[in-house]
Amino acid sequence: MAAKNMTENALVAVIGDEDIVTGFLLAGCGQKDKKKTENFLVVDNKTSISKIEQSFKNFTQRNDIAIILISQKIADEIRPLIDEYNQVIPTILEIPSKDHPYDPSKDSVMLKVKRMTGAD
Amino acid sequence: MSGKNRLNIFPTRMALTNMKSKLKGAITGHSLLKKKSDALTIRFRKILANIVENKQMMGATMREASFSLAAAKYAAGEFSNSVIENVTNPTIVVKMQTENVAGVHLPTFEKVSESAVSNSQELTGLSKGGQQIGKSRESHVKALEALIVLASLQTAFITLDEVIKITNRRVNAIEFVVKPRLENTINYIITELDESEREEFYRLKKVQGKKKKDLKAKEAAKSELLLQQNTPTVATPTSKPAHKVKSMIEDEQEEELIYE
Repeated sequence: MAAKNMTENALVAVIGDEDIVTGFLLAGCGQKDKKKTENFLVVDNKTSISKIEQSFKNFTQRNDIAIILISQKIADEIRPLIDEYNQVIPTILEIPSKDHPYDPSKDSVMLKVKRMTGAD
Repeated sequence: MSGKNRLNIFPTRMALTNMKSKLKGAITGHSLLKKKSDALTIRFRKILANIVENKQMMGATMREASFSLAAAKYAAGEFSNSVIENVTNPTIVVKMQTENVAGVHLPTFEKVSESAVSNSQELTGLSKGGQQIGKSRESHVKALEALIVLASLQTAFITLDEVIKITNRRVNAIEFVVKPRLENTINYIITELDESEREEFYRLKKVQGKKKKDLKAKEAAKSELLLQQNTPTVATPTSKPAHKVKSMIEDEQEEELIYE
Protein backbone atom coordinates (compact mmCIF):
# COMPACT_ATOMS: atom_id res chain seq x y z
CA MET A 1 0.00 0.00 0.00
CA ALA A 2 2.76 2.35 0.88
CA ALA A 3 4.13 2.22 -2.62
CA LYS A 4 6.52 5.05 -2.06
CA ASN A 5 10.11 4.26 -1.61
CA MET A 6 10.92 5.74 1.75
CA THR A 7 14.29 6.94 2.73
CA GLU A 8 15.17 5.65 6.12
CA ASN A 9 14.90 8.92 7.95
CA ALA A 10 12.02 11.06 6.89
CA LEU A 11 11.08 14.63 7.59
CA VAL A 12 8.15 16.35 9.19
CA ALA A 13 6.67 19.07 7.03
CA VAL A 14 4.79 22.00 8.51
CA ILE A 15 2.16 24.24 6.97
CA GLY A 16 0.90 26.87 9.35
CA ASP A 17 1.00 30.44 10.49
CA GLU A 18 4.19 32.12 11.54
CA ASP A 19 3.99 31.08 15.19
CA ILE A 20 3.41 27.42 14.49
CA VAL A 21 6.19 27.25 11.94
CA THR A 22 8.59 29.16 14.19
CA GLY A 23 7.85 26.85 17.08
CA PHE A 24 8.45 23.67 15.17
CA LEU A 25 11.50 25.00 13.41
CA LEU A 26 12.86 25.96 16.80
CA ALA A 27 12.29 22.38 17.87
CA GLY A 28 14.40 21.40 14.88
CA CYS A 29 12.27 19.80 12.24
CA GLY A 30 13.00 22.31 9.51
CA GLN A 31 15.09 21.58 6.48
CA LYS A 32 16.35 23.72 3.68
CA ASP A 33 18.59 22.32 1.00
CA LYS A 34 20.90 24.04 -1.41
CA LYS A 35 18.16 24.66 -3.93
CA LYS A 36 16.27 26.56 -1.23
CA THR A 37 13.45 24.03 -1.18
CA GLU A 38 11.96 24.01 2.26
CA ASN A 39 9.81 21.53 4.09
CA PHE A 40 7.64 24.21 5.67
CA LEU A 41 5.35 26.96 4.55
CA VAL A 42 4.47 30.11 6.43
CA VAL A 43 0.93 31.14 5.67
CA ASP A 44 -0.29 34.63 6.45
CA ASN A 45 -3.19 36.72 5.22
CA LYS A 46 -1.50 37.47 1.95
CA THR A 47 -0.77 33.85 1.00
CA SER A 48 -3.05 32.77 -1.81
CA ILE A 49 -4.95 29.51 -1.63
CA SER A 50 -3.37 28.30 -4.84
CA LYS A 51 0.05 28.68 -3.27
CA ILE A 52 -1.00 26.62 -0.25
CA GLU A 53 -2.43 23.98 -2.54
CA GLN A 54 0.72 23.94 -4.61
CA SER A 55 3.05 23.44 -1.67
CA PHE A 56 0.69 20.88 -0.11
CA LYS A 57 0.86 18.89 -3.33
CA ASN A 58 4.62 19.25 -3.41
CA PHE A 59 4.92 17.95 0.14
CA THR A 60 2.71 14.96 -0.58
CA GLN A 61 4.75 14.10 -3.63
CA ARG A 62 8.14 14.29 -1.99
CA ASN A 63 9.24 10.94 -0.76
CA ASP A 64 11.39 12.15 2.11
CA ILE A 65 8.42 13.50 4.03
CA ALA A 66 6.58 11.19 6.37
CA ILE A 67 4.28 13.53 8.24
CA ILE A 68 2.64 16.78 7.21
CA LEU A 69 1.47 18.99 10.03
CA ILE A 70 -1.13 21.44 8.87
CA SER A 71 -2.90 24.05 10.91
CA GLN A 72 -6.59 23.37 11.01
CA LYS A 73 -7.52 26.82 9.85
CA ILE A 74 -5.41 26.39 6.73
CA ALA A 75 -6.63 22.85 6.28
CA ASP A 76 -10.15 24.24 6.10
CA GLU A 77 -9.14 26.41 3.18
CA ILE A 78 -7.90 23.49 1.13
CA ARG A 79 -10.44 21.04 2.59
CA PRO A 80 -11.42 19.43 -0.76
CA LEU A 81 -7.79 18.62 -1.43
CA ILE A 82 -7.35 17.03 1.98
CA ASP A 83 -10.59 15.09 1.80
CA GLU A 84 -9.66 13.51 -1.48
CA TYR A 85 -6.13 12.75 -0.35
CA ASN A 86 -5.94 9.02 0.14
CA GLN A 87 -2.27 8.13 0.43
CA VAL A 88 -1.09 6.52 3.61
CA ILE A 89 2.28 8.19 3.59
CA PRO A 90 2.82 11.05 4.18
CA THR A 91 0.30 11.26 6.97
CA ILE A 92 -1.59 14.49 7.32
CA LEU A 93 -2.12 15.73 10.84
CA GLU A 94 -4.33 18.66 11.55
CA ILE A 95 -3.11 20.69 14.48
CA PRO A 96 -4.76 23.50 16.36
CA SER A 97 -3.32 26.98 15.99
CA LYS A 98 -3.03 29.66 18.60
CA ASP A 99 -6.05 31.69 17.68
CA HIS A 100 -8.18 28.76 16.50
CA PRO A 101 -8.90 26.03 19.01
CA TYR A 102 -8.98 22.49 17.81
CA ASP A 103 -12.32 21.42 16.45
CA PRO A 104 -12.63 17.62 16.19
CA SER A 105 -15.75 17.85 14.05
CA LYS A 106 -13.76 19.30 11.15
CA ASP A 107 -10.86 16.89 11.10
CA SER A 108 -11.48 14.40 8.32
CA VAL A 109 -9.77 11.57 10.17
CA MET A 110 -11.61 12.34 13.38
CA LEU A 111 -14.85 12.36 11.43
CA LYS A 112 -14.10 8.84 10.24
CA VAL A 113 -13.28 7.75 13.77
CA LYS A 114 -16.46 9.31 15.10
CA ARG A 115 -18.54 7.66 12.44
CA MET A 116 -17.09 4.29 13.33
CA THR A 117 -17.47 4.58 17.06
CA GLY A 118 -20.84 6.23 16.72
CA ALA A 119 -22.18 3.61 14.36
CA ASP A 120 -21.34 0.77 16.73
CA MET B 1 -33.49 -26.67 -10.58
CA SER B 2 -30.25 -25.24 -9.29
CA GLY B 3 -30.73 -22.47 -11.82
CA LYS B 4 -28.07 -20.26 -13.22
CA ASN B 5 -25.96 -19.82 -10.11
CA ARG B 6 -23.53 -22.58 -10.81
CA LEU B 7 -20.38 -23.13 -12.75
CA ASN B 8 -20.79 -24.16 -16.33
CA ILE B 9 -19.27 -27.59 -16.14
CA PHE B 10 -19.84 -31.01 -17.59
CA PRO B 11 -21.17 -33.30 -14.85
CA THR B 12 -18.62 -36.02 -14.41
CA ARG B 13 -17.16 -37.75 -11.40
CA MET B 14 -13.87 -35.97 -11.85
CA ALA B 15 -15.61 -32.62 -11.95
CA LEU B 16 -17.39 -33.60 -8.76
CA THR B 17 -14.13 -34.35 -6.95
CA ASN B 18 -12.67 -31.14 -8.30
CA MET B 19 -15.62 -29.14 -7.07
CA LYS B 20 -15.52 -30.82 -3.69
CA SER B 21 -11.87 -29.98 -3.21
CA LYS B 22 -12.57 -26.44 -4.36
CA LEU B 23 -15.35 -26.12 -1.84
CA LYS B 24 -13.08 -27.40 0.87
CA GLY B 25 -10.49 -24.81 -0.12
CA ALA B 26 -13.09 -22.08 -0.09
CA ILE B 27 -14.22 -23.06 3.40
CA THR B 28 -10.65 -23.08 4.72
CA GLY B 29 -9.96 -19.75 3.06
CA HIS B 30 -13.12 -18.31 4.50
CA SER B 31 -12.26 -19.30 8.04
CA LEU B 32 -8.70 -18.00 7.66
CA LEU B 33 -9.85 -14.68 6.28
CA LYS B 34 -12.41 -14.41 9.01
CA LYS B 35 -9.70 -14.94 11.59
CA LYS B 36 -7.54 -12.31 9.93
CA SER B 37 -10.40 -9.87 9.87
CA ASP B 38 -11.08 -10.50 13.55
CA ALA B 39 -7.44 -9.96 14.49
CA LEU B 40 -7.33 -6.73 12.53
CA THR B 41 -10.56 -5.53 14.05
CA ILE B 42 -9.24 -6.07 17.56
CA ARG B 43 -6.20 -4.03 16.68
CA PHE B 44 -8.32 -1.43 14.99
CA ARG B 45 -10.52 -0.90 18.04
CA LYS B 46 -7.47 -0.46 20.23
CA ILE B 47 -6.15 2.21 17.88
CA LEU B 48 -9.54 3.84 17.64
CA ALA B 49 -9.72 4.33 21.39
CA ASN B 50 -6.14 5.60 21.44
CA ILE B 51 -6.53 8.03 18.59
CA VAL B 52 -9.44 9.88 20.16
CA GLU B 53 -7.59 10.19 23.44
CA ASN B 54 -4.42 11.44 21.74
CA LYS B 55 -6.23 13.95 19.58
CA GLN B 56 -7.84 15.44 22.63
CA MET B 57 -4.49 15.56 24.38
CA MET B 58 -2.85 17.19 21.40
CA GLY B 59 -5.01 20.26 21.95
CA ALA B 60 -3.54 20.73 25.41
CA THR B 61 0.08 20.21 24.39
CA MET B 62 -0.24 22.55 21.46
CA ARG B 63 -1.77 25.22 23.65
CA GLU B 64 1.12 24.89 26.03
CA ALA B 65 3.61 25.13 23.19
CA SER B 66 2.12 28.24 21.65
CA PHE B 67 1.85 29.84 25.08
CA SER B 68 5.52 29.24 25.70
CA LEU B 69 6.31 30.69 22.30
CA ALA B 70 4.36 33.81 23.17
CA ALA B 71 6.34 34.08 26.40
CA ALA B 72 9.59 33.70 24.49
CA LYS B 73 8.53 36.37 22.04
CA TYR B 74 7.70 38.69 24.87
CA ALA B 75 11.15 38.17 26.37
CA ALA B 76 13.27 38.05 23.23
CA GLY B 77 11.34 40.20 20.82
CA GLU B 78 10.46 39.16 17.32
CA PHE B 79 12.71 36.27 16.35
CA SER B 80 10.54 34.31 13.91
CA ASN B 81 12.28 35.63 10.86
CA SER B 82 15.74 34.74 12.03
CA VAL B 83 14.54 31.26 12.94
CA ILE B 84 12.87 30.76 9.59
CA GLU B 85 15.83 32.10 7.68
CA ASN B 86 18.41 30.09 9.57
CA VAL B 87 16.97 26.69 8.81
CA THR B 88 19.45 24.25 7.32
CA ASN B 89 19.35 20.67 8.46
CA PRO B 90 16.72 19.01 10.56
CA THR B 91 17.70 17.78 14.00
CA ILE B 92 14.47 15.88 14.45
CA VAL B 93 13.59 13.31 11.85
CA VAL B 94 11.28 10.35 11.96
CA LYS B 95 12.27 6.80 11.35
CA MET B 96 9.83 4.59 9.59
CA GLN B 97 9.30 1.09 10.80
CA THR B 98 6.75 -1.43 9.79
CA GLU B 99 4.83 -3.56 12.20
CA ASN B 100 3.29 -6.77 11.03
CA VAL B 101 -0.26 -7.44 12.17
CA ALA B 102 -1.79 -10.56 10.65
CA GLY B 103 0.15 -10.08 7.44
CA VAL B 104 -0.53 -6.36 7.19
CA HIS B 105 2.38 -4.01 7.35
CA LEU B 106 1.57 -1.03 9.49
CA PRO B 107 3.98 1.87 9.23
CA THR B 108 4.99 3.36 12.52
CA PHE B 109 7.04 6.46 13.05
CA GLU B 110 9.70 6.91 15.61
CA LYS B 111 11.36 10.14 16.51
CA VAL B 112 15.08 10.32 15.99
CA SER B 113 16.81 13.44 17.24
CA GLU B 114 20.38 14.03 16.27
CA SER B 115 21.38 16.70 18.72
CA ALA B 116 19.64 18.81 21.27
CA VAL B 117 19.96 22.07 19.38
CA SER B 118 20.87 22.51 15.77
CA ASN B 119 23.88 24.65 15.01
CA SER B 120 21.97 27.10 12.95
CA GLN B 121 19.48 27.81 15.70
CA GLU B 122 22.00 28.01 18.48
CA LEU B 123 22.42 31.73 18.27
CA THR B 124 18.78 32.58 18.45
CA GLY B 125 18.07 34.51 21.61
CA LEU B 126 21.69 34.99 22.41
CA SER B 127 21.21 38.59 23.35
CA LYS B 128 18.06 38.22 25.45
CA GLY B 129 15.33 35.80 26.31
CA GLY B 130 17.43 32.73 25.67
CA GLN B 131 15.90 30.83 28.54
CA GLN B 132 12.38 31.44 27.39
CA ILE B 133 13.29 30.38 23.90
CA GLY B 134 14.85 27.21 25.25
CA LYS B 135 11.69 26.47 27.19
CA SER B 136 9.60 27.09 24.13
CA ARG B 137 11.82 24.80 22.13
CA GLU B 138 11.44 22.07 24.70
CA SER B 139 7.70 22.34 24.77
CA HIS B 140 7.59 22.25 20.98
CA VAL B 141 9.77 19.17 20.94
CA LYS B 142 7.35 17.58 23.35
CA ALA B 143 4.43 18.58 21.17
CA LEU B 144 6.21 17.22 18.14
CA GLU B 145 6.76 13.91 19.90
CA ALA B 146 3.08 13.68 20.70
CA LEU B 147 2.24 14.53 17.11
CA ILE B 148 4.57 11.86 15.78
CA VAL B 149 2.89 9.26 17.99
CA LEU B 150 -0.44 10.50 16.76
CA ALA B 151 0.74 10.34 13.17
CA SER B 152 1.71 6.71 13.50
CA LEU B 153 -1.64 5.96 15.07
CA GLN B 154 -3.36 7.74 12.25
CA THR B 155 -1.46 5.91 9.52
CA ALA B 156 -2.23 2.64 11.26
CA PHE B 157 -5.85 3.68 11.42
CA ILE B 158 -6.05 4.50 7.73
CA THR B 159 -4.16 1.41 6.64
CA LEU B 160 -6.18 -0.90 8.85
CA ASP B 161 -9.43 0.70 7.76
CA GLU B 162 -8.59 -0.06 4.16
CA VAL B 163 -7.35 -3.58 4.85
CA ILE B 164 -10.33 -4.50 7.00
CA LYS B 165 -12.67 -3.33 4.27
CA ILE B 166 -10.87 -5.46 1.70
CA THR B 167 -10.75 -8.49 3.99
CA ASN B 168 -14.43 -8.24 4.84
CA ARG B 169 -15.28 -7.91 1.20
CA ARG B 170 -13.36 -11.09 0.51
CA VAL B 171 -14.99 -12.92 3.41
CA ASN B 172 -18.42 -11.96 2.18
CA ALA B 173 -17.60 -12.79 -1.40
CA ILE B 174 -16.58 -16.29 -0.40
CA GLU B 175 -19.54 -16.75 1.89
CA PHE B 176 -22.24 -15.44 -0.39
CA VAL B 177 -20.95 -15.94 -3.90
CA VAL B 178 -18.24 -18.55 -4.16
CA LYS B 179 -19.58 -21.07 -1.65
CA PRO B 180 -23.22 -21.17 -2.88
CA ARG B 181 -22.03 -21.45 -6.44
CA LEU B 182 -19.78 -24.38 -5.66
CA GLU B 183 -22.51 -26.05 -3.60
CA ASN B 184 -24.99 -25.59 -6.40
CA THR B 185 -22.52 -27.03 -8.86
CA ILE B 186 -21.93 -30.04 -6.63
CA ASN B 187 -25.65 -30.61 -6.23
CA TYR B 188 -26.13 -30.29 -9.96
CA ILE B 189 -23.40 -32.79 -10.65
CA ILE B 190 -24.80 -35.22 -8.09
CA THR B 191 -28.32 -35.08 -9.53
CA GLU B 192 -27.03 -35.44 -13.04
CA LEU B 193 -24.87 -38.40 -12.04
CA ASP B 194 -27.80 -40.03 -10.23
CA GLU B 195 -29.96 -39.58 -13.21
CA SER B 196 -27.46 -41.04 -15.59
CA GLU B 197 -26.96 -43.91 -13.15
CA ARG B 198 -30.66 -44.65 -13.14
CA GLU B 199 -30.67 -44.47 -16.89
CA GLU B 200 -27.76 -46.82 -17.04
CA PHE B 201 -29.47 -49.23 -14.66
CA TYR B 202 -32.60 -49.17 -16.71
CA ARG B 203 -30.64 -49.72 -19.87
CA LEU B 204 -28.78 -52.65 -18.36
CA LYS B 205 -32.03 -54.18 -17.19
CA LYS B 206 -33.44 -53.76 -20.64
CA VAL B 207 -30.40 -55.31 -22.24
CA GLN B 208 -30.52 -58.18 -19.80
CA GLY B 209 -34.17 -58.74 -20.52
CA LYS B 210 -33.53 -58.72 -24.20
CA LYS B 211 -30.69 -61.13 -23.80
CA LYS B 212 -32.83 -63.46 -21.72
CA LYS B 213 -35.53 -63.33 -24.29
CA ASP B 214 -33.09 -64.06 -27.02
CA LEU B 215 -31.67 -66.93 -25.04
CA LYS B 216 -35.11 -68.37 -24.43
CA ALA B 217 -35.98 -68.07 -28.03
CA LYS B 218 -32.78 -69.70 -29.01
CA GLU B 219 -33.33 -72.54 -26.58
CA ALA B 220 -36.82 -73.00 -27.76
CA ALA B 221 -35.65 -73.11 -31.33
CA LYS B 222 -32.92 -75.52 -30.38
CA SER B 223 -35.25 -77.85 -28.54
CA GLU B 224 -37.69 -77.73 -31.40
CA LEU B 225 -34.94 -78.46 -33.80
CA LEU B 226 -33.87 -81.31 -31.60
CA LEU B 227 -37.45 -82.51 -31.45
CA GLN B 228 -37.78 -82.28 -35.17
CA GLN B 229 -34.52 -84.06 -35.66
CA ASN B 230 -35.55 -86.78 -33.24
CA THR B 231 -39.06 -87.39 -34.50
CA PRO B 232 -38.48 -88.65 -38.01
CA THR B 233 -35.78 -91.14 -36.90
CA VAL B 234 -37.70 -92.71 -34.00
CA ALA B 235 -41.17 -93.21 -35.45
CA THR B 236 -43.45 -91.83 -38.09
CA PRO B 237 -46.87 -92.39 -36.38
CA THR B 238 -46.07 -89.99 -33.57
CA SER B 239 -45.91 -87.11 -35.98
CA LYS B 240 -49.48 -87.51 -37.07
CA PRO B 241 -51.17 -86.99 -33.68
CA ALA B 242 -49.01 -83.96 -33.21
CA HIS B 243 -50.29 -82.54 -36.37
CA LYS B 244 -53.79 -83.31 -35.23
CA VAL B 245 -53.29 -81.46 -31.96
CA LYS B 246 -52.00 -78.46 -33.84
CA SER B 247 -54.98 -78.35 -36.05
CA MET B 248 -57.22 -78.56 -33.01
CA ILE B 249 -55.57 -75.50 -31.50
CA GLU B 250 -55.97 -73.68 -34.72
CA ASP B 251 -59.61 -74.49 -34.68
CA GLU B 252 -60.01 -73.14 -31.20
CA GLN B 253 -58.30 -69.97 -32.15
CA GLU B 254 -60.54 -69.49 -35.07
CA GLU B 255 -63.57 -69.94 -32.88
CA GLU B 256 -62.32 -67.27 -30.45
CA LEU B 257 -61.75 -64.91 -33.32
CA ILE B 258 -65.29 -65.40 -34.43
CA TYR B 259 -66.55 -64.64 -30.91
CA GLU B 260 -64.70 -61.48 -30.82
